Amino acid sequence: MKKIVKNAEEAVQDIQDGATIMLGGFGLCGIPENCISALVKKGVKNLTCISNNAGVDDFGIGLMLQQKQVKKMISSYVGENAEFERQLLSGELEVDLIPQGTLATRCMAAGYGMPAVFTLAGFGTEVAEGKEVREFNGKKYLLEYAFDSDFAIVKAWKGDTHGNLIFKATARNFNPLMAMAGKITIAEVEELVPAGELNPNEIHTPGIYVHRIFQGANYEKRIEQLTTRK
Amino acid sequence: MLDKFGIAKRIARELQDGYYVNLGIGIPTLVANYIPAGIEVVLQSENGLLGMGPFPFADEVDADLINAGKQTITTVNGSAFFDSAMSFGMIRAGKVDLTVLGAMEVADNGDIANWKVPGKMVKGMGGAMDLVAAAKNIIVAMQHCDKAGNSKLLPKCTLPITGLGCVKKVVSDLGVFNITEQGFHLIERAPGISTEYIKEKTAGRLVISGNVPEMILD
Repeated sequence: MKKIVKNAEEAVQDIQDGATIMLGGFGLCGIPENCISALVKKGVKNLTCISNNAGVDDFGIGLMLQQKQVKKMISSYVGENAEFERQLLSGELEVDLIPQGTLATRCMAAGYGMPAVFTLAGFGTEVAEGKEVREFNGKKYLLEYAFDSDFAIVKAWKGDTHGNLIFKATARNFNPLMAMAGKITIAEVEELVPAGELNPNEIHTPGIYVHRIFQGANYEKRIEQLTTRK
Repeated sequence: MLDKFGIAKRIARELQDGYYVNLGIGIPTLVANYIPAGIEVVLQSENGLLGMGPFPFADEVDADLINAGKQTITTVNGSAFFDSAMSFGMIRAGKVDLTVLGAMEVADNGDIANWKVPGKMVKGMGGAMDLVAAAKNIIVAMQHCDKAGNSKLLPKCTLPITGLGCVKKVVSDLGVFNITEQGFHLIERAPGISTEYIKEKTAGRLVISGNVPEMILD
């Protein structure tokens, strides 16, 4: 079993222009910082990115936007990024806004091998335009398709050489769902240990879903809204 | 008239022991500060936490522990983490007892608009459409009128819809309204606000039956 790669550069080396990639994280929490930096360095272009948010101007996916590497964003909320807004208004960037639960569930469906799901979210709104509607028990649901993504890039707290992953606190968010949904899944972890060191009872993502894993370096873990009490 | 703290305080009276509650960004977040003594509620944060605690002290800040507004927070005894699909799964399945959120407009049939203003930068709906589509009980915390004095309680929403027929109750700076088949049913007036004033400021269908009591907030 050879899942270990040296670093982020090696992990993303075969991601080509035009690829569709999922990126885990909620805001800047639990984002794959190392792989994002490697993608920026590699300069790969015309990407379709599926990610709940689009980072901020100088961190997260915002770094890829600055280099004009993203053709299309599929997200639920993108408000924190001026460069994003500029590219959207100028027509350089395409954006597909979808409800957050629908985004999560379309990842989940892909990971569970289901082609589509029905959800109440968005019925009667502009999100429903062009979508099939089915009624179950008197309520109307939208048909939403599973995502089809070339790569999923996730960030975990701990991982082992078999690719088993454990996430920390709310840095879990979309990461385990996207890990299940990628045709090729890359996991960067804060701590990589030999198989056998993680308790099987505590694994969130079984290694079968993870194709490449490495221990990341220099995590900044930037905080978007630092709020404290006295 | 109620300020934002008064609106939050009044909404907190709707909480019951054992409730699982999702509080939106803005005034709804303030409701957590007024949970009545003697009842226990569990706050859900849709980015993957049940049992959201207060903001951390400076020395306990954890970048991996945030709420849906991306603010640093803490856990409480009995907290649990989960992924985003499970989070919206429990919302969709009706496990969350109460959702409190803000709105730009509410219609007298319970339609809500709170995610998009045409001509302005669209940031996205986040989890709002999932929350309003499925939550069992939705209370909206909002200002009754916009800055120009126009009613935001309408016969029909003019802004893009977030969800249809889903709001059960509105607490505004002017009063408390149940959404009924007849429209906004005024059940309490804010301190110092007359029914005549509420009539004047409400564009949607308004139901006033008998003497509507004035709210008493301690």
